[in-house]
Amino acid sequence: MPEATNADDSDSPDSDGVQIDLISGERMDNMATMEKIRMILDGVHDGNIVILEEGLTPDEESRLIEVTMSEISPDEFNGIEIETYPKSETRDSSLLGRIMGNNESETKLTVIGPANQIETLHKDETLISALVSRD
Amino acid sequence: MGLFTELKDSISRVTDRLFSEQEPKRIGIYGPPNAGKTTLANRIARDWTGDAIGTESHVPHETRRARRKENVEIERDGKTVTIDIVDTPGVTTKVDYEEFTDEMEEDDAIRRSREATEGVAEAMHWLREDVDGVIYVLDSAEDPITQVNTMLIGIIESRDLPVLIFANKIDLDESSIKRIEDAFPQHKTIPLSAKEGDNMDEVYDSIAEYFG
Repeated sequence: MPEATNADDSDSPDSDGVQIDLISGERMDNMATMEKIRMILDGVHDGNIVILEEGLTPDEESRLIEVTMSEISPDEFNGIEIETYPKSETRDSSLLGRIMGNNESETKLTVIGPANQIETLHKDETLISALVSRD
Repeated sequence: MGLFTELKDSISRVTDRLFSEQEPKRIGIYGPPNAGKTTLANRIARDWTGDAIGTESHVPHETRRARRKENVEIERDGKTVTIDIVDTPGVTTKVDYEEFTDEMEEDDAIRRSREATEGVAEAMHWLREDVDGVIYVLDSAEDPITQVNTMLIGIIESRDLPVLIFANKIDLDESSIKRIEDAFPQHKTIPLSAKEGDNMDEVYDSIAEYFG
């Protein structure tokens, strides 16, 4: 099973750069919800931008918000900025559609970063444009 | 009165009692901070019970604890629908106490931000465990396509909860109901101004239809 730690901790960047971790769906596949959340938030606490190839399930997103809230601390951590594409209007969200596995749009590229370092400039159904700054 | 008639009346009384004593559905009022959730909750509670639920404010995160108003009886077309209203703190992924320092002392701002984070976590917990339906309130003068809105609607849909979207603040010049309808076409959108009491008849008709 993949470790629930951030990628390549040993190669921490120097303070001049912003580290971006692109995490494959395969790496996330066998992780428990809390392992995923811990991996994301540990990365974000280190000032990294975490990009998930396949995103999180709605339940995992709800728990990510909850755990993020418990870790917010004045002058240290303000929370996260998170972006995914909005759902397509054509998505089949009916119960039958979900049973038939037509819910593949749930796997969505997701960008997560520290709230004080990442700012969304533009977002629509096909594009996310973000400004990433050092502290 | 014949035995058959007596038996029929008896069964009717039992079924009436069974249905009337059914637990009221808990309807969570969700949305981002400052969408007007507490103003709406107060409007509904005042219209049908005479009491308010909480304090309204222009400063974000005024509501920092989920508050429930039990047994709100809404009458529509001769029928009564009883619901519990749960007014929840605005959901966000970030809270910075410096947002509040223009309005209050730093210590109070820090306390407010701590309570706000606890409130958001509480709101998420209610959503996963304790609500039977959702009224999702949006400020119709703001862009509805935000990550928090997209995520929350996704979470609500994944739990198969009935949801109504309320496009609030239609009294503002910048209000756009179409922008909300276009963002979430899979759900019914009802325009209203909770502050001014505009279009509340359609609000109550919809609540009775969806959650009754």
